[in-house]
Amino acid sequence: MAGITLTDVSKIYDDGTRAVSDLNLDVEDGELVVFVGPSGCGKSTALRMIAGLEEISEGEVKIGDRVVNNLRPRDRDVAMVFQNYALYPHMTVAENIGFALRMRKVPKDEARRRIEETAKILGLHEHLRRKPRQLSGGQRQRVAMGRAIVREPHVFLMDEPLSNLDAKLRVQMRAEISRIQRQLRVTTVYVTHDQVEAMTMGDRVAVLRRGLLQQFEAPQRLYERPSNLFVASFIGSPAMNMLEGTLERSDDGIVCRIGSASFALPAELLKDRPALANHLGEPIAVGIRPEALEEPGRRNGDAGNLRGRVQGIEALGSELLAYVDIEAKPVLVEDVLEGIVDMEAAEDIAELKGGAEGLRATVVARLDPSARVRPDDMLELAVDLRRLHFFDLDSGLAIAA
Amino acid sequence: MSAGTGMTGPRSLPTTEQSIRRQRIARTLTYSFLIAVAIVYIFPFLIAVVTSFKTEPNATADPLALWPSPVSTDAFHQLYQDQDFLLWVKNSVIVTLSVTFLRVFLDSLAGYALARLHFRGRGLAFAAIVAVMAVPGVVLLIPKFLMIRQLGMYDHYSGMIIPLLVDAAGVFIMKNFFESIPVSVEESARIDGASIFRIYWSIVLPMARPALVTIFILSFQGSWNELGHFIISAQSSSLNTLTKGVAQLASGQLGSGNRYPLKLAASCLMTIPVAALFFVFQRRIMNVQSGALKE
Repeated sequence: MAGITLTDVSKIYDDGTRAVSDLNLDVEDGELVVFVGPSGCGKSTALRMIAGLEEISEGEVKIGDRVVNNLRPRDRDVAMVFQNYALYPHMTVAENIGFALRMRKVPKDEARRRIEETAKILGLHEHLRRKPRQLSGGQRQRVAMGRAIVREPHVFLMDEPLSNLDAKLRVQMRAEISRIQRQLRVTTVYVTHDQVEAMTMGDRVAVLRRGLLQQFEAPQRLYERPSNLFVASFIGSPAMNMLEGTLERSDDGIVCRIGSASFALPAELLKDRPALANHLGEPIAVGIRPEALEEPGRRNGDAGNLRGRVQGIEALGSELLAYVDIEAKPVLVEDVLEGIVDMEAAEDIAELKGGAEGLRATVVARLDPSARVRPDDMLELAVDLRRLHFFDLDSGLAIAA
Repeated sequence: MSAGTGMTGPRSLPTTEQSIRRQRIARTLTYSFLIAVAIVYIFPFLIAVVTSFKTEPNATADPLALWPSPVSTDAFHQLYQDQDFLLWVKNSVIVTLSVTFLRVFLDSLAGYALARLHFRGRGLAFAAIVAVMAVPGVVLLIPKFLMIRQLGMYDHYSGMIIPLLVDAAGVFIMKNFFESIPVSVEESARIDGASIFRIYWSIVLPMARPALVTIFILSFQGSWNELGHFIISAQSSSLNTLTKGVAQLASGQLGSGNRYPLKLAASCLMTIPVAALFFVFQRRIMNVQSGALKE
């Protein structure tokens, strides 16, 4: 077993494009780390550099204690699962799984034993004689996993292994991959553009954007303490509401103004983030998670209210999403737009931005399904002030300690 | 399939008797035309087969008759006894098999290199190959002859075989096919520990079977029917291939009279291998396609 260490790793193409810039991170032995980010963020390139499929332009990649920069893929002792599975169509499932063993001249008896063991783990036993084309999507995905597992490698590399499956199967295989990884304790790097996958599977998650590492932390931490506007918008679904606000000193502390509403920030929060005091008077971005907005009266403690007309609702059974038009200036900088995965939504917002330099924003609130909310109602939303996020509008960085 | 124009589609609703009659007439006309065209194409072949079973006087008197009277196999006996027919067959088989198998191998190697390996001058090499395809073969006959002489391969199997071993069109077809194979399959094999040649041999080549079958058929047919190249690369009659031998029969060098039955018997026999090849692979080609559609 072995960890992976990336030191100042960069990928620079011939035309000067930097696909990955100065990437520094450690994957611990047995850990599952997810690289996540929108397309073109360099996550796959980073993975392929670890695999040896892509040359490392600068920096150093270590697997265990070995610097692998100049090792061929086969000498790095890594196994990779591809998005399109990359099965060998003319070979049976057993031959597919056993190909790597054949290349490594593993004795036939042992190879057969390992292939059968692997098939058992993955529930492929009765399909060993079939060809890939006779298998369903989920089964093909398992064969791809089997090819990696059978090698007993030091490292698993997975490049969006689930994105070709339908939604239901994806959830199922997500759990299965997690289970197998935990069972085998093999160091794993998992690439995905799907932040839900990243949050549910990763021991730690590395968020990348334009080749730069944004934040590398445990999923919960990422959600609760995003380090910048991009991560805040990217992680979480529906995305965090981003409104422009200003901080002003008041008699007994600091008040945050959003549109016509103003909220006295709780002392606890100010103690936790003293840097807020340095941003008095200037516009900042205030982030509010949809679940930090509730119907008034349901919550006691530090809360202030936002008011607006309900534009639409989505009843999802376990929760109810209300889209409410409020008087406030939305934050529409690129960091935020790029973080919103739903490109259509991003386009809509961009359109809005092009139009009225709006003083109205639509916020999403995650309400209890029993909430009696109908479109066109006026709705009062209580804001859980302890869960507010603040960002510097110039740098995009979180205003934290 | 060519009858499609005259067919009644499921959507056309015959409302009146008249329209039904009109459709029937149209269909009859279409089919008559197609049958006429088909006969024009098939007739020469029929004549060849039939004439090869005629006696010489019968063939001269009745060259277009569709039934030999009397039926005779004299022409075939003659081919076997008087002519070096078996020698021609032997030479043709040697040349064709060598060319076909080596061509499939070399075309695919070159195609793979051009599709997947990164080396200096790859674009130039490919451009040159495409350019060669644009040059008519006849233009190259004399230069080829000179080179074969210079290299000391004249009048020898090597001179007949080696210049035919790689063809631009085949390289082109293979390159295009290899490019259609997902790169990740090869990357996967690389990570699994396969060398470049191993990837080519164990992964890519089996996946390229449809293209290989195409090259195989084209090469077999091409070298079996090749004439020009054998004329410039050898002169001794012991190296005559079927094409050359039959051409000499047809040009009347070897005897008196028109000898239609003899010439056409030779032609018919010569057609058999290529026809058989198409027959065998016809099903294979169709299978490949149906497999492709399922995926």
